[in-house]
Amino acid sequence: MIEIKRLTKQADNKLILRGVDLSIKKGETVAILGPNGAGKSTLLKVLATLIKPTSGQLLVNGLELRKNQREIKKILGYLPHSSLLYDHYSPLENLVFFGNIYGVKDVEQKARKLVKDVGLSFFLNEPVKIFSRGMIQRIAIARAIIHDPEVLLLDEPHTGLDQGAISILNNVILSMKEKGTTTLMVTHDFKQAAEICDRVIIVKNGKIVDDFKIQNRNLGFVTEKYELQVEGVS
Amino acid sequence: MNLIRTALFLAKKDLYSELKTKQILTTQIIFAGLVIVVFSFAFDPANNTTKAVIPGVIWVIIVFAGILGLNRSFISEQRNDTIQGLLVAPMEAASIYLGKFLANFTMMLVVEMVSIPFLFLLFDFKFLGSLPYFILVVFLGSFGFIAIGTFLAALAANSKSSEMLLPLLLFPITTPILIGVVQATKIILTNLEKISSAIAWIQLVTAYDVIFFVVCFLLIDYVLEV
Amino acid sequence: MSMNLEREKAVLPGTNLTETKTNNITSILFGGTVVSMLVALYFIFIYAAEEKTMGAAQKIFYFHVSSAWLAFMAFFVTFVFSILFLIKRERIFDTYAYVSAEIGIVFTIIVLTTGPIWAKSSWNTWWVWEPRLITTLILFFIYIAYIMIRQMDGVWDKKARLAAVFGIIGFADVPIVFFAIRWWQTKFHPIVFGNGVSQKGGGIEGTMLTGLFVSLAAFTILYSYLLHKGVTFENMKIKVERYKEKLRADMEK
Repeated sequence: MIEIKRLTKQADNKLILRGVDLSIKKGETVAILGPNGAGKSTLLKVLATLIKPTSGQLLVNGLELRKNQREIKKILGYLPHSSLLYDHYSPLENLVFFGNIYGVKDVEQKARKLVKDVGLSFFLNEPVKIFSRGMIQRIAIARAIIHDPEVLLLDEPHTGLDQGAISILNNVILSMKEKGTTTLMVTHDFKQAAEICDRVIIVKNGKIVDDFKIQNRNLGFVTEKYELQVEGVS
Repeated sequence: MNLIRTALFLAKKDLYSELKTKQILTTQIIFAGLVIVVFSFAFDPANNTTKAVIPGVIWVIIVFAGILGLNRSFISEQRNDTIQGLLVAPMEAASIYLGKFLANFTMMLVVEMVSIPFLFLLFDFKFLGSLPYFILVVFLGSFGFIAIGTFLAALAANSKSSEMLLPLLLFPITTPILIGVVQATKIILTNLEKISSAIAWIQLVTAYDVIFFVVCFLLIDYVLEV
Repeated sequence: MSMNLEREKAVLPGTNLTETKTNNITSILFGGTVVSMLVALYFIFIYAAEEKTMGAAQKIFYFHVSSAWLAFMAFFVTFVFSILFLIKRERIFDTYAYVSAEIGIVFTIIVLTTGPIWAKSSWNTWWVWEPRLITTLILFFIYIAYIMIRQMDGVWDKKARLAAVFGIIGFADVPIVFFAIRWWQTKFHPIVFGNGVSQKGGGIEGTMLTGLFVSLAAFTILYSYLLHKGVTFENMKIKVERYKEKLRADMEK
């Protein structure tokens, strides 16, 4: 589904990504771990077409990212640290707006269903600015999937959420997984990584230093592998 | 065509949100009103020579009120990084530009429809000129101003002091429109016999509008890339 | 504590003070500038005839027009390098665009100062509402705007990209400004600037024309020298930044 070859990104004399090679099959749920400043968010942003790579080749669904931006953007869902929501609009209005841009059919119906799925039907028509962090994140993920993307890119989605919100978020990700969505999730939360993902990539200093599959949600395995790579870096 | 479709959605969103908050429009209209009042202190409204200044005053209020709205159009997309939401969507940069332009232009027309009559009222200006030509000039002038203004607002939004940067960028570039439009307005409002020169000025402004609208369309990709 | 200091000492790479090579191009340009300027001065003050009505004060015209030529040419160069930068995205193009703008703004200021000086001594008025002078004033503001974009906080490539876009817009604007003002002004003040000095030198005296061409050539060589020197400076600054960054990265390891 996603092919990355020799990806580099240089910004302001600093090499953030130093030759990333990655191959992800359709339907995989991949966690991207690594120390701060390793280049994880940058990697995600390059995939989301927000940042232009300095060199390298990126293929999504067989199409080159540089040349087929519109086609690829149609199947991408992106959730960064910010919520990408319009504060004075309600969840319904936000979702309908983005749904329209993506060309979703029966937008309003779909939006209502999504809001219900994340458990916020009560606040369907309230402006987003009054929401708590957990509620915002739930609507944010709804916004990211309104168009049923085939590729879902999440940047530290669990940060700052309580248990309830975390479980709702995980349910959404798992239900997308059932639909065959390929998910890439940058996270610092090993527990969630072990819960949801079936493959882990460790990024350090702009390169992929480890790449392994996990069975049976083995948290210990993940932690062990991570410490191995990251040892010595304070 | 997808370009226009998504642009219309964006314009609708901006205008609808303006309808909800009414922040920008009211600020613009009140500001225009204040400028008119200050002008009435500076120039004696009863004096006949003041009539000569009216064409210039019209465009001063349009420019200053316009800049208020222009700056906000892209700064508002920095909250929660919603601009990223637009960039990640299957929406071309040109579409974002077009949508913002349409919203800004509509708001500008609304401000003009309120403040120009107010100006005429306060200055007891008898409208003896040709209304259709006047409307045409205001329309074309605002079109060009907002076209380049929206573009430069997108550019200036990258700076922390965008409110200071935008006027600095906008005023030198819009000098041709301002000259053309003030001259044309002057002729249309007071000196209707010279209508042919007014038409010549209108042609200049139209040429400017077309050239810069196209140039902005072509260059907007470079401004909006992250 | 002392261990750390040792480490820091070791990190600084042995500074071999490389002899600063006197670049050939720099010397040629410098020599060329000096020579051509001296020749131009000769032509201006000795060779070219004195104007009948204005006398020796008219000689400022040579500096005024040459500076104007540079001001606009520098902006054209900025325009060209802006386009090149947007296409190729190599830093050297941006550096050329920026240095050219810096030079351009200096000469624009010279035009805007020599203009009033000439106006005062010839027509006893500080400012002439003349199309070319006003266009130069607008050019000055466009330059300022260009420089202000570069004063933004941020990474160099964002600033370079935005400045390049503005450079293109600004340059597209200048001819339109000129025609608009010219149109506007022909209604009120006929073009005053000396008989026929404006277009193609038709009507300008032979020696004066030669003097003008010589000064234009001299100023162009001066511009090339300044551009070259300026770009060398900028490149050195960039290199220092790169070394600092490398040092920082090495220390983190």
